[in-house]
Amino acid sequence: MSIATTPSTQRTPLAERLDLIVSPIFAIGLAILGWAVWFYSDVDETTLSILRPEKIQTQLVETILLGLASSVLVIVIAVPVGILVTRKGFPRLKSFLVNTLGVGQSLPVYGLIVIYFSWLGAGAFTVLIALATYSLLPVLRNTIVGLEQVDESVIDAARGMGLTSRQILTRIELPLAVVVILAGIRTAIVINVGFAALAFLIGGGGLGVTINSGLVNNRDSAILIGAVMVAVLALVFDFLSALAQKYMKPKGL
Amino acid sequence: MNDVLIRLENITKSYGAGMEPAVNNLDLEVQRGEVLVLVGPSGCGKSTTLRLINRLIEPTSGKIVIDGEDVTTVNPSQLRRKIGYVIQQVGLFPHRTIAENISTVPVLLGWDKKKIAARVDELLELVSMDPDTYRDRYPKELSGGQAQRVGVARALAADPDVLLMDEPFGAIDPITRDRLQNEFLRLQQDVKKTIVFVTHDIDEAIKMGNRIAILREGSQIAQLDTPEAILAHPADEFVESFLGSGAILKGLTLKKVSDTELHQVPILRQPVMREDALKALQDSPDQVGLLLDSNDKPLRWIDEKAINRTSQPIERSGRPVTVDLQPEDTLQDAITVMLQSSAGMACVTDRRGKYLGCTTIESLAKLIMSDN
Repeated sequence: MSIATTPSTQRTPLAERLDLIVSPIFAIGLAILGWAVWFYSDVDETTLSILRPEKIQTQLVETILLGLASSVLVIVIAVPVGILVTRKGFPRLKSFLVNTLGVGQSLPVYGLIVIYFSWLGAGAFTVLIALATYSLLPVLRNTIVGLEQVDESVIDAARGMGLTSRQILTRIELPLAVVVILAGIRTAIVINVGFAALAFLIGGGGLGVTINSGLVNNRDSAILIGAVMVAVLALVFDFLSALAQKYMKPKGL
Repeated sequence: MNDVLIRLENITKSYGAGMEPAVNNLDLEVQRGEVLVLVGPSGCGKSTTLRLINRLIEPTSGKIVIDGEDVTTVNPSQLRRKIGYVIQQVGLFPHRTIAENISTVPVLLGWDKKKIAARVDELLELVSMDPDTYRDRYPKELSGGQAQRVGVARALAADPDVLLMDEPFGAIDPITRDRLQNEFLRLQQDVKKTIVFVTHDIDEAIKMGNRIAILREGSQIAQLDTPEAILAHPADEFVESFLGSGAILKGLTLKKVSDTELHQVPILRQPVMREDALKALQDSPDQVGLLLDSNDKPLRWIDEKAINRTSQPIERSGRPVTVDLQPEDTLQDAITVMLQSSAGMACVTDRRGKYLGCTTIESLAKLIMSDN
């Protein structure tokens, strides 16, 4: 999963339109693949029991909740911290944070889950913390980059006209950084929803359970359908984030 | 007019021990209603000096008094709302419309909406931009010159007494810069603000300033006087070298086309009869006449050769008039236009393009001679 860090302010309208088209196309393609597998493979009792609708429903809700909750946690932590370290007087803290969290991200999510498991024990909460740790960096980094790419002269003019630091932050800097920050949040949401499938490893539930049951019982169609559902879910959230990006982007940029 | 509005007393700004202070013990008085230009080589501390006045930079020591009040102790944000600020990069807020940009300070001051909307339109008119066209546009839709006009309008929004301008026209192409400078001078005649203007361009300083402070390293005043006095009597070698050569030519930027006597050439109107035209030219000492349209707008220079060229109508012979001067343009502009013009003179028109007369080299020479 690639991590978008480039500020998307220079995107052409075409790129922006593609942005809204690509994930739905992939999602629909994958969904068709899932249906095809369902229709054309031998669906026996075991597979049926793995894919029981009420099970899938619960797992779906668990995955979404886990992905969203960890994303909210990340936003609540990373955006304020990003704002704080871009204020005057924190240059060292900023590079320290970006570097250490970079190390955190170079560990696989799998590893993070295991590390937190040995500390916090089993359960969805541990997964939530692990996901949040992993996806903190894109949001933090994009918050920092987004705030720092605001034209210095715009801030100078604002200060010269008598806006207070707080007014400059809320009325000028954040609106001008929102596109880049949202790009980071979008990356985090996709990471979190996608990797929430690993929650089953330590009893956190989610769609990973279906995939795992398929593996254990040697039912390829169940594995595939589970994987398709995880991917489609991630793509749907990618699309929703793209929509948010489009509509929260201030006019005039 | 000896009314001091801004006074810097013993101002020093240093960025740490061991470094030369950017501003060293500066005393400076700005009078109400004047344009004081701070000019000097890069790194002389002129921008720092400007930014000390609205406390974007805090002085290390010294006192700044504006309108009798020591402002070194007041709330800096409150202070800045009463001082207009224009910078070279303009710094318009890209996510806000032109109207929203201009109304920044009035909104901060809590004006009511109607008053703000009226003020925005008034200011757009003032900087020669059509309110209906530009009000709801975004900064990225403006050219550099238009953006700086909005920048000036935004600085004037809450009608501050003081305007600080940091190389406002420095990033604009020469032709537009010239026009903006002229417009700005005209605007200043109306608004009569107290302006501190920073530039590194001595020609701009001479053109814009009522008084000029030539600064050297550490924001030390090398000479502070009217442009005329500085050009005539540079205080020392530093000032002389900074003025560069051609002080008389620079002095031309101090005079306006309206200071010269306009010369009247024969006027032709459509439809032009060949015989009438010929007669008009022969009756006049000039070699050339001017073809005007029905709105008195100059179209073409017509000389005898053009009249005798019978292959095409007179309306299409002769050379087109490409550039007009306006009375408030400087004599330097006039010389440039004259040298480019095929007729050796330049048309002067009013702001609507209506013909007023011509400037000639003779009338210029007369004006320059009368001074010396």
